[in-house]
Parts: sequence; structure tokens; C-alpha cells
Amino acid sequence: MSMIHVSTTINGDEAEFLCDPRETLLDVLRDKLALTGAKEGCGTGDCGACSVTVDGRLVCSCLVLGAEAQGKSITTVEGIAEGESLHPLQEKFIEYAALQCGICTPGILVATKALLEKNPDPTETEVRYWLAGNLCRCTGYDKIIRAVMDTAADLRKAS
Amino acid sequence: MALDDKKNGEFKVVGTRPNRPDGVDKVTGRARFGADVSAPGMLHAAIVRSPHAHAKILKIDTSRAMASKDVKAVVTRADFAEGLEGDDLNVLENVMAGEKALYDGHAVAAVAATSPLAARDAAKLIDVTYEILPHVTDVDKAMAKDAPVIREGAADKSVPPGLHPNVVRYHESGHGDVEEGFAQADLVIEDSFVTEAAHQGYIEPHACLAQLDADGKGEVWCCTQGHFNVQKICAKLVGTDASQIRVTASEIGGGFGGKTAVFIEPVALALSRKTNRPVKLVMSRAEVFRATGPTASTSMDIKIGMTSDGKITAGQGTFRLQGGAFPGAPMEFTAMCAFAPYNLENVFQVGYDVMSNRPKQAAYRAPGSPMAAFAVESVIDELCSQLGLDPIEVRLMNASKEGTKASYGPRFDRIGLVETLEAAKAHPHYSAPLAEGLGRGVSCGFWFNHGGETAVTLALSEDGTAALSVGTPDIGGSRASMCQMVAEELGIPYEKIRTTVADTATLGYNEVSHGSRVTYASGLAAINASRDAVEKLCGRAAAKWGIDPEAVYWDSGYAKPSGPNAGDFEPLALADITKNMGATGGPIVGHFEATPEGAGVSFATHIVDARVDKETGKTSVERYTVVQDAGKAIHPTYVEGQYQGGAAQGIGWALNEEYIYGEDGRLQNANFLDYRIPVASDLPMIDTVIVEVPNPGHPYGVRGVGETSICPPLAAIANAVSGAAGVRLKQLPMSPPRILEALDVQANG
Amino acid sequence: MVEVNLWSGLRTHAGGNLKVDVEATNIGEMLAQLAQTHPGLAPFIEAGVSVAVDGRIIANDLTEPIYPDTEIYLIQQLKGG
Repeated sequence: MSMIHVSTTINGDEAEFLCDPRETLLDVLRDKLALTGAKEGCGTGDCGACSVTVDGRLVCSCLVLGAEAQGKSITTVEGIAEGESLHPLQEKFIEYAALQCGICTPGILVATKALLEKNPDPTETEVRYWLAGNLCRCTGYDKIIRAVMDTAADLRKAS
Repeated sequence: MALDDKKNGEFKVVGTRPNRPDGVDKVTGRARFGADVSAPGMLHAAIVRSPHAHAKILKIDTSRAMASKDVKAVVTRADFAEGLEGDDLNVLENVMAGEKALYDGHAVAAVAATSPLAARDAAKLIDVTYEILPHVTDVDKAMAKDAPVIREGAADKSVPPGLHPNVVRYHESGHGDVEEGFAQADLVIEDSFVTEAAHQGYIEPHACLAQLDADGKGEVWCCTQGHFNVQKICAKLVGTDASQIRVTASEIGGGFGGKTAVFIEPVALALSRKTNRPVKLVMSRAEVFRATGPTASTSMDIKIGMTSDGKITAGQGTFRLQGGAFPGAPMEFTAMCAFAPYNLENVFQVGYDVMSNRPKQAAYRAPGSPMAAFAVESVIDELCSQLGLDPIEVRLMNASKEGTKASYGPRFDRIGLVETLEAAKAHPHYSAPLAEGLGRGVSCGFWFNHGGETAVTLALSEDGTAALSVGTPDIGGSRASMCQMVAEELGIPYEKIRTTVADTATLGYNEVSHGSRVTYASGLAAINASRDAVEKLCGRAAAKWGIDPEAVYWDSGYAKPSGPNAGDFEPLALADITKNMGATGGPIVGHFEATPEGAGVSFATHIVDARVDKETGKTSVERYTVVQDAGKAIHPTYVEGQYQGGAAQGIGWALNEEYIYGEDGRLQNANFLDYRIPVASDLPMIDTVIVEVPNPGHPYGVRGVGETSICPPLAAIANAVSGAAGVRLKQLPMSPPRILEALDVQANG
Repeated sequence: MVEVNLWSGLRTHAGGNLKVDVEATNIGEMLAQLAQTHPGLAPFIEAGVSVAVDGRIIANDLTEPIYPDTEIYLIQQLKGG
């Protein structure tokens, strides 16, 4: 099968790759670009571990084809920290122990960052429904929700 | 190793809540999990799986697949070791089917190709001819006279004569005379319960990268709860020496017992041997559901007698567990845990391990115990309700304590059930007024916990820092608690210690991370390795001072002369001693290798408020409190995390999660959409109370905390549903259709 | 002599006894003696058992000492998730 040539931007850097038309954006990120931060938990858009943003919109990268990245700007978990400084969400997740095994963490960070950009003052219920597409099997979500609410409060104070 | 080594309040680091050492890796996406590594020249593998629940494999034709230039090898059972027996043969049979496919999803062949897509395509080109056999997937049907036989001769000697060949193990225990006990009761309730199989639901599918050379030397990278076990099993299944296979545990994306078993690593090794290239094998989510190890499903009969003031006079239980196509369903734990929270003069329990055409069950957090608690605690709740008694008072009146003869035989050592019940009773949740439409449920839970073979080393560096190597994969933050315990012993800051999960070539054998054993056993080992290093540090100080090593003691990071008689020397800091250790006797390394035997059993009490929507049958959990004995919480935040995670998994098992098999014996819901684990919007905050009744078997009093938290939720929620909806659900999960059916039966008879 | 309590499922394999006396000073000797004096128990011991010694559950260690007044229960081998 002939491969498709794709030019895209990932975490601010230009990237080019050839992909099979059946390969997903997640396959491309992980297997072609060595960006293994996004995880494949299900491959069917049910777990959210592969969450990335495409032109600012939160998506499951397992449901987006690699070829669809053409001309788009993609952000993954690897693009959340700035230089040496972790994003406040990343700091809070460590402080609150909002992760145990850590496999869902990249997707949850990408998703919550997208939430706070859209809604800087979410209620607990809003956070819970926004994250309903990101499965975590270890924590029972308690510490994740607390970390997100506290980060949101800090960011509001700072702005 | 007396418990009074450290008196309460003397801890400096233990009991604090530092950031986990692997936190930055985990929040930046850098942490490397099972599927996150590659090797030069690597091939990708896919497994061909049986679409039939039970079938004879007549022929495997690989010619169409091998015709593709992208396909490099196919393996079948013929590519694995011959002559295995017992458990080893069972593992091999499960990893790759022999003469028969025993369940939907059973591996029958595997292919290695140049890309994941090519491998997947090639798997579809392998033609397997089956002769379909009759199948059975239900536990009661699998025991019935006319049930198809999964495997003749699989039963062990425990099984009494006259039972179906699918009954492969039998357990019976108890004491006293239950009939006499029932005669003393004012009320006896007898009922039957059913639980469906649940899956651990770890978000990371099994994944590995393996290389096996023609000379029998191999390397494996994989996500597992126990890489030493992977090493042992792989060596047997591919026919090489254990020491020639080096296994490195990746970061692990959840396990909960499900990654104690081995499924794919031997397959990747066999493909690598055939191609002389590294092979990566990653399961899909559907494969995880169909072909790893969910829990057993159960069918249970419970009979309990109680006096009108709440004393339990006798308890009796029969527990039938279906554990898939191999022996091993944990029915003895179900039986032994069932009545463990209670001090009973008369108790009797029976367990049956039953084979069926389902994947071989694997451990899931306190394997076997949650089902027992569901059945027993439901009946106790019903007795309390009919006798008008407070459920916590009744449990307190009957609670096991130190010296109680346990339902499984011996007398309990120091245990903390009464303390969890008292704390639950005193918690504001228990006395909060119950809003209209809500029900409140309470349940206790019990788990044994485990020690197991453990080896660690603690290497000191010239600059006065320390590197701890452990052999137990860090599944939920254990590196933090290990660093804390070493910091406590050495008297240097937490940040000056790094804990690594070392590969199989670096340490002695370590049992898998199971049985809530890591903070207990690897923790005990880390403490003792630290003490070993401290003894050596004191020896170096003594040599420098020219005094007897006995005259030197260690205090908060310094070697000090033990008193005026020892001499007057300036204390030496750890770094003062290590900076020239090469010239004073060589590297200083602390060791510990042993099988700690003092894990200490664990109890919990949970309180839950739930609402049932009688229109839709949906149950929502509105308030949840976990009270559990941790012995001593090393890192309280991660202890809370274990409590909350266990509760959430229990909520899922209680309300939604189940394996659904069709008439054709195929799994109907092998994905996260249809096998629905709790999502953030399903749950409330989960409050936790850490009770600390020290375990005499650990220097700091630690008890394992990982598993007990999943034992009470099933019954606690069933009891809350009973209060909220006025119907008692005796089958899990209490999904909306089952609740509606129960309401309908109640209304219309 | 030490007195070993069996789980009741073992009774039929130990000549109808729920308690068996053996001569032993540690768990390893105790299990070996049990298997020798009651061959019906041998397959169960071989498959693996845990031993509760005065309430402490010993899952593996055959060197654990036992004394005439020690309370000893065989229990089925422990594992976990």
C-alpha cells in the first residue's frame, strides 16, 4: 500500500513522516516520531490515555488518522512543560499523588489543561464530567479532582 | 527486629508525604512503560486466537501468511518446550493452545512481521481448522451432570468422589457444630448469591520486547508485577536456563493481580529465536479482556444464625468458583475469608474450584475475598435489619480480636478490626442524617496479606548518598515509601536516596508484587539492608578511631562513640565515611535476602450512602468512607490512594462490571465501552481514615494496604441499595436491568 | 511431640483425624513427618501449604521453629493480587 507524506507541527516543532493510510495519529506519534507519552489503552476512544490536542481541540489520537495531521498543530504531554519548568498541573499532580501507576496521567494532563484553558473556574462536577472520557483505574479519581481544582484556583490567583 | 525499634513519634521521615521520586517522569510522558521501547531491527508480533469457546485444533495452515515478504515467522505449540508437567504445563497450555482451544480468545499461533499492521494482516491469513466441541461458561452448569468435560483427570486428590470432572479442587474448613449454633439462634437466614467475573481493568495492555538467541541467551523488557516470575516461566516454556534470560520490568500501567500471570513473553521469545531479531508484542484491549485473567465468577449459599440481641451463633457458606479452563480459582480464600471478621463458635465453609470454557482466572486484589464478603455481609445486614439492630454495633459485638480463633483455624495475632469499627462508628458520615431516598450500607472486609521471597541491596555512594535496588515492580508509588524507610534508618534526607527496580540479573529472586507485600516485605528488606550498611559504617568509624565496633552507634546520620568509655571522638557523618571508603575496606553495600514471614492480616470497614433511581434502575454512590488498618502508614497519601482505588474498583464490580458470554461461548463485551469501569463522573470524593494498629511482624508495624480495600464495597453498596430501594440484590453487578427486575418482582411478585 | 491441626477437608486423607501428632522442631520437619506418617497428606503438602504458628501465618519458611506448646494449623497456601 502506498504511504502518505504528512507535514505537521508537533509541540511547536515541524515534523514530517510517511504513514500507511490506516495508521492512526497515535501510531504515528509513538512508532514514527518516538513520542511515547500518549498511551494506547484501548484503541477505540474509550479510555482517553492517548489524548492530545489538534489545533487546540482535545481528541483521542487513536481515533484520528495520521494523515489527518497534515497542516495541523498537535500538542502532546511532552509539550506541556516549558523548558525546565513543569506546568502547574504537573506540579500539583505530583504533590497530590494524583497518579499511582501513571499510565493515564499523560492523557489526563492533556485533557485537564484543555479544560482549564476553556473554563478557568470549573466546578467539581464540571471537572468530573470533562474527565469522564479519561479512565483511571488506580486512584478512584479523588486526588486527581482535588489536584485539578487546586491548580485552577492557583492559576486564577496568578492571572 | 522488635516492634519497639521505633516508638511512635520518633519517626522523622516515615509518616510524612514527600513527592514521589518518579513523579516528574510520570507527568512529562518520559516514563517508559511496556510498549514504550523499541530495538534496532525489531519485528512486531500478533497472536491468532480461537473464536470458539471449545474446539479441537485440527490443522494450522500458515502458507498464506508466510507468502508475504513482510512476514518473518509463525510459531505454534510445536515451537515451545515439550515434556512439561503440572503447573508449568498449564501455563504453557494457556500461553499457546495444544490439541484444543479451551476458550474464546485462546492463543493458537503467533506471527512476527515487519510492522504492527503487517503482523495484524498476517494473523488473519493463518488458517486454523477447528472441530467445534460443546462448551460451558457458567459455574453451576459446569458442575452439572451433563456438562462437557474441559479436561479429564484435572482434579486433584482433594475432590470427593462423585463430582463432575470439571470440579478440580475442593476445600472444607471450620470448627464447632453449626447445627447446634443454628438451634441457638432467634433468627436464621439462608440465601444464595451470584457474582459475575470482573477484570482488573488496568489501563496498560500487556506488552513486551524480547530477544532470544540461538545459544539460549535472552532479554525481555515487559510490564509485569514480577519479572523474576517471568524469567522462571519463560525459561521453562522456551526451554533454556533461567539465568540466561535477563528480564527488566518496565514501568507498569496497573496490574491489581492481573499482571502476576505470564501470557505473551514466551511467545515473543519463541518468535525472536525463529527470526534472530528482537520482537515486540503488544496486546489489544480486546485481547486483554478475552485472553488474560479476569476474576472467577461465583455461586454461593450462605446461612447465618443470630440471637435477638445480635450475637452470631453460627455461620455456614458454600462457595462455587468458576476459574476458567484451568485449576486455580481461589475458592479456598473465598471460604477462609468469608467469616474471618467474626468470632464464631460454630462455622463451616466449603469451596469448589470449577473449570469452564473461559480464560484462566488470575488474581485480582484480595483474590476470592470480595465475593465472600458480598454474600456474608449481605446476610448479616439482612439479619440486623430484621432484628432492628445497628449494623456496626452487631459487628462490634461479634468482631474478631487478638486471640480469637479465626474461622480458618488459628488464633489471631494483634489485629485492628475493632479499631476500624470504632472509627467508623465515630465518623461523622455514620451519624449524618440520611436524606430522603438514600440508603446507607456498612460492610467489613478481610485479607491475609503476604510476605514472600525478597532481596534488596543498598549501595552507598562516595558523596554520602544511597542507591536502593529492589526486585518488586513499583505499582503505585512504592519507590517513595522505600526511600522514606532508608532515609529513616540512615539519617540522611529522603532526596539523597534513589530507589530502582532492578532487573533479574542484579538481585536474588523476588516474588511478584502481590499480596500487598511490597511496602511490607521490600520495606522490611530496605530497613534491614540499611541496618547492614550502618553496621559497616560503624565498623569503618571504629577502625578510624581505633576502638571496638561495638563501641560505635549510629544516630541521625552520624557514627558516634557510644559513651565516655568509648573515647572522645568527633561524630563522623555518613559522607565523611563514604568519601574514602575505597581506601578503608572497599565499597559499602547493605544487603537483605530472606522470606519475611509476618505480613499481618488486615481488616477494613466501609460506609456508603447510595441512591437508586427507581425509573431507570441506576444506582449512584453519593458518599463513601473507607476505614482501614494500615499498621503503620509510611506515606499516608499513597495509603489513602490504595484505599480510594480499592473502593472505586469495588464500586465498579458492584454496579457495572461483568463478563458477558453469549450462547456461543464468546465474550460479548471485550472493550471499555461495554465493560464499563467507573469514570470520574460516576464517583464522589472517597473519604479515608487510616487506623494504625501496628503489625508485630514489621520493624515499623507496617501491614499491607493494597488489597483489603476492595473487600467491603460489594456488600456495603448492596446493603445501601437495600436501604434505598427496599429490595435486596443477590446478584452482582447491580446493573440497572437487574435493579429494575428486582423492583418489578417486589411490586408484582 | 507437636499437635498439628488440619483443615477439615484433609480429614479424609489423614485417617479421619483433624489433629495429628508428629515429632518435629521446625516446619520443614513437621511437614516431612506428616507426609511420612499420613501418606494421604503428601500430595497436599507437595502442592504447597501455609502454616499458622501461634497465629502467625508462615507461607514459605521451613526453618521456622515449633515447640510442643505451639498452636499449629495447616492452611491452604496463600497468594495475593
